[in-house]
Amino acid sequence: MRNSTKTRVKLLMNEMTSSPHPFGATRQRQDAQPEPVSAPALRAEVRNLDFWYGATHTLKSVSMAVVDCKVTAVIGASGCGKSTLLRCFNRMHDLYPGNRYAGEIQLYPEDRNLIEMDPGMVRLRIGMVFQKPNPFPKSIFENVAAGLRVRGVNGKSLLYERVEQALRGAALWDEAKDRLHDSAYGLSGGQQQRLCIARALAPQPDILLLDEPTSALDPIATAKIEDLLTVLRNTVTVVIVTHNMQQAARISDFTAYMHLGKLVEYGVTEKVFTTPQSPLTNDYITGRFG
Amino acid sequence: MPSIPSSVVDADNECLIGGASEAFLCRRAFWNRVAAWLLFTAAAASVLVTLGIVYVLIRDSIPFFEQVPLSEFLTDTQWTPVFKNARFGVMTLVSATLTVAAIALVVAIPAGLGLAIFLSEYANPKLREAVKPFLELLEGVPTVVYGFFALLFLTPMLQTVIPGLSGFNLLAPGLVMGIMILPYTASVSEDAMRSVPMGLREAGYALGFSRFRVAAQVVIPAALSGITAAFILGMSRAVGETMVVAIAAGQNPNFGFDPLEGAATITAYIVQMAMGDLPHGSIAYQSVFAAGLVLFLITLLFNLIGFYLRRRFREVY
Ligand SMILES: Nc1ncnc2c1ncn2[C@@H]1O[C@H](COP(=O)(O)OP(=O)(O)OP(=O)(O)O)[C@@H](O)[C@H]1O
Ligand SMILES: [Mg+2]
Repeated sequence: MRNSTKTRVKLLMNEMTSSPHPFGATRQRQDAQPEPVSAPALRAEVRNLDFWYGATHTLKSVSMAVVDCKVTAVIGASGCGKSTLLRCFNRMHDLYPGNRYAGEIQLYPEDRNLIEMDPGMVRLRIGMVFQKPNPFPKSIFENVAAGLRVRGVNGKSLLYERVEQALRGAALWDEAKDRLHDSAYGLSGGQQQRLCIARALAPQPDILLLDEPTSALDPIATAKIEDLLTVLRNTVTVVIVTHNMQQAARISDFTAYMHLGKLVEYGVTEKVFTTPQSPLTNDYITGRFG
Repeated sequence: MPSIPSSVVDADNECLIGGASEAFLCRRAFWNRVAAWLLFTAAAASVLVTLGIVYVLIRDSIPFFEQVPLSEFLTDTQWTPVFKNARFGVMTLVSATLTVAAIALVVAIPAGLGLAIFLSEYANPKLREAVKPFLELLEGVPTVVYGFFALLFLTPMLQTVIPGLSGFNLLAPGLVMGIMILPYTASVSEDAMRSVPMGLREAGYALGFSRFRVAAQVVIPAALSGITAAFILGMSRAVGETMVVAIAAGQNPNFGFDPLEGAATITAYIVQMAMGDLPHGSIAYQSVFAAGLVLFLITLLFNLIGFYLRRRFREVY
């Protein structure tokens, strides 16, 4: 299973760098492309995903890959559907009536379509950090422990160990270690956002989704979270939505560019930013649009 | 501010677009002052009425406390104001009052919370709109009907299960009062829960929480100040409620917390005395004010506790 996935990724990546439509009609060209240095494994793969808010067709046949232990950035103008796409990964749309999906988000290694799985099961495996920090009205410790408790971790020492690990992972330990049992609302906005990252990291999710995690923060807090993501790189699979192109260029390995509900370009970040295939992408990253 | 003769300003052109006219600003300041004064008067009136009630209660209980020492009032376990050797242990009435209120809360807290969770977290808007009128209906039932329901329906029914239950007892009015305050506590709690921002719920769901876990671990803690306020105010209502206990709990001052026995509450005593014709100025007459003062203080105490809890648990979203 793993092997076959790997070969598929190779194919994918070859296509991606060559075609604005990652899974378009260019498969036969795969042999002509140079092999990527090493083929990473896929964590998830979006295939022809459509999404509707009621009658509004918001995502149109989106296809992209999420590579294991890499940061994938989703960029695009406001309202193009970045958050909508991200929230498909953890089935957040199921909380509201009238929303509808069509297509697949294949989850690896077991190769199952998460659109057809139980939403609760999906969310136990895929963590999310939101645009606005949203800690629970509980202590710092209990915030981080919440995701562990729901997964049946109850032993006190194990909880402490995992909470410390997650807070260190989110670069919050030094600031929080003396006030673990104080309310999370006593933290600053940037600290609250790092707490939310720690909360999402604690259960060691397969994929961590981040929806503009720094847009409500000042430059210093933003820099801290970017540093953090750079550290997480290579250990956690991250999909991040961002408005900030410099941020995407700095922290991501792969970039997807969306335009009006369609995924226009997907590929290795460097290539997307230096030699975009689509004129739309080019306009966006050179600031002529959006 | 220099006044401008009104004839100078063209009335049709007084507006804020493209720079305010002097007259516009003057007029706005005037209406702001009028509104502030009206609101201040309304606030002052309500404070004055409250102070007036407290004043009357205290003034008319002073002569009582000149004859009955406070220590006896607070420690004696007999309340026999019209007997020849009258005894004034107000705890007799307080014990019945608290017992009924506690039973009411035992009913209202789980049922009210359950209903509020259901309406706010589970029910779709259609169902919610269908249930709410029934709650309002429940709230609109006259208390005298609840009283007779407790006396003539609930007590006989309970007696078939609990053989030791007296005809007048604290259990039946307590249960009925729980149902009576339920619509209020449920709808205030539901409002508090529904005002919890969706982003907080999403944080819970994103961690893999079930709907119930989101309700219990995210929504309730976040809405706790409002929920506590709802139950404290419900408790205040139960303590001050008169008709149900006057009808179904009996008029017999009886110290103790046994829900199976009948006993007069503070309110039942006051209404009983108020309906008889007591000689003005007699000690029994004055005891009504002393009992009223105690009732007021208990209610005040609950409200202060509620206020304190609200501040302690106040959440900033
Ligand atoms: N709950 C909803 N119901 C209906 N339409 C929605 C809903 N949420 C978003 N939309 C619409 O779907 C489109 C995509 O929205 P989305 O939030 O995914 O954009 P976005 O790319 O994340 O934008 P931004 O960068 O501003 O966050 C927008 O046109 C938006 O108006
Ligand atoms: Mg968005």
